[in-house]
Amino acid sequence: MKLQNQRQVYGETLLELGKENKNIVVLEADLGKSTMTCLFEQEFPDRFFEMGIGEANMTSFAAGLSLTGKIAFTNSFAVFAAGRAFDQIRQAICIPKLNVKIVGSSAGLSDFGDGATHQSVEDIAIMRAIPNMTVLAPADGTETRKMVRKIVGYNGPVYLRINRHDLPDLFPEDQEFVIGKPYLIREGNDIVVFANGIMVSRAVQAAEELEKEGISVRVVNVSSLKPVDENEIKEYASNVKGIVTAEEHSLVGGLASVITYILRGNGLPLIPVGIEDRFGQSAHSYDELLAEYGLTSEYIINSVKKLL
Amino acid sequence: MTVAELEKMACKLRIDVIKMVGVGQKGHLGGSCSLGEIISVLYFYRMKHDPKNPKWEDRDRFILSKGHAALIQYAALVEAGYFPRTEIDSVKCLGAILQGHPDMKTTPGIEGNTGSLGQGLSMACGMAAGLRLDKKNNKVYCIIGDGEIAEGQIWEAAMTASVFKLENLIVFLDKNNLQATGQITDRYDTNPLIEKWKAFGWHVAEVDGHNIKGIIEILNEVDKVTGKPKIIIAHTIKGKGIAFAENVASFHNGELTKEQFDQACAELNKKINLL
Repeated sequence: MKLQNQRQVYGETLLELGKENKNIVVLEADLGKSTMTCLFEQEFPDRFFEMGIGEANMTSFAAGLSLTGKIAFTNSFAVFAAGRAFDQIRQAICIPKLNVKIVGSSAGLSDFGDGATHQSVEDIAIMRAIPNMTVLAPADGTETRKMVRKIVGYNGPVYLRINRHDLPDLFPEDQEFVIGKPYLIREGNDIVVFANGIMVSRAVQAAEELEKEGISVRVVNVSSLKPVDENEIKEYASNVKGIVTAEEHSLVGGLASVITYILRGNGLPLIPVGIEDRFGQSAHSYDELLAEYGLTSEYIINSVKKLL
Repeated sequence: MTVAELEKMACKLRIDVIKMVGVGQKGHLGGSCSLGEIISVLYFYRMKHDPKNPKWEDRDRFILSKGHAALIQYAALVEAGYFPRTEIDSVKCLGAILQGHPDMKTTPGIEGNTGSLGQGLSMACGMAAGLRLDKKNNKVYCIIGDGEIAEGQIWEAAMTASVFKLENLIVFLDKNNLQATGQITDRYDTNPLIEKWKAFGWHVAEVDGHNIKGIIEILNEVDKVTGKPKIIIAHTIKGKGIAFAENVASFHNGELTKEQFDQACAELNKKINLL
């Protein structure tokens, strides 16, 4: 399966969009070589703002730019983009529903070496809690590209969560991305797995393994965490024996919260796979860290089996 | 408007503020009244704006970073004709267009949401950069408070304005010497101001914030400065124009009795008649 890096795709898409739309401006907090906004900077230095290591100021500054008609993208690691600038996002951007896109890069545990300070286990929860905010977590490179193009045409605040590593491409090239829509990745009729981000590919692996044992798993990519089409989620959760959610995020306030809220009272057993209420930590590899936090296909397989 | 007319206007705005505070309700009286003259000069002399077309592309921009002084801005907006006078009667009522802090979504003439302190200067910087990108020569005005500048983000923005050489940004620092709980020099001393702003690369000027002529002159003077952002440190009196509230910290967000309400209105009306 083709691998793509979400950061690289994001940077390239931003550059393409910059050529098409002169209102797009990009703000960076000294991580441009990592978030890949450096591609935009090289081509459009006038529309690129290096804000130094000051996420709060960057975010309010972006609000000011949007007040002059610009479509502003702020960039940093997810933990800083969403956490450090929470009040700025809330007051200046979300209350008046300004057209600012907050892009949280190296999200989840994907900055494996840097430890708890740089790993975002709660960014989705924080961003989802703010009224007027749209929260997106793409599963792969293709979906990242489609999302970035889509949100430029949406007039309002968006939080976009970007992984640091190469991920297998699952989102069909000819499929349009629609904000709020969950996407069926794989059909199955025993158990449904709702996943997002890197966990979509892990869920597909799990489904492939389980198929060999005669267990049929439906995989749904819930890349829009807010808004999300509740009817489609309910539809995907019907005619199965149980539900698994899988996310690279705290079980508090992320995908598990979204799904259990939507499916409240439907009576089906549900196992949430995600980060228990704890911080990340340093590790020598991403996979090692994902295993420590139970974010593996094996963990999904075990969860599915428990439900049958 | 002439200087005399602007002086009258400052008194009228203060009366509107008192009406909005009302009797027996909390309201940000002190920090609103310290801005009477500055707001009058900006809205009725200096800024290019059109109350009939609040989103006019060629308008100057204004951000009240110390958003709790919203009442004085509402007073200016209603005097300028942005919305009917009846709106000030329902300030802070459920569903009102005039919220406790400035809200651009509900109030015509408000340019950005402030209230959580320390953020408006960054927003003003972004606006100044955006206007420059569009090769517009409009100016961006912003008011910050001497209590507010304890917020670290103010100093992030101070660096930004200087790094980007935002010469179209003019900031008033309302130096009324009081924070909510007392004298700034006793509580959390944000002085010295001139040295700090100079060190951050700004052109620094000073003015008596209650002297209309002085405010106009200093604005003309800073206009000549190029290549850097400008800050005017305005020496003001919190609660200015209302004798019993002047320099009294408790009127930061205080209540008026019926007697105080009447006395404040009478004082200001008397001053208007003398002008």
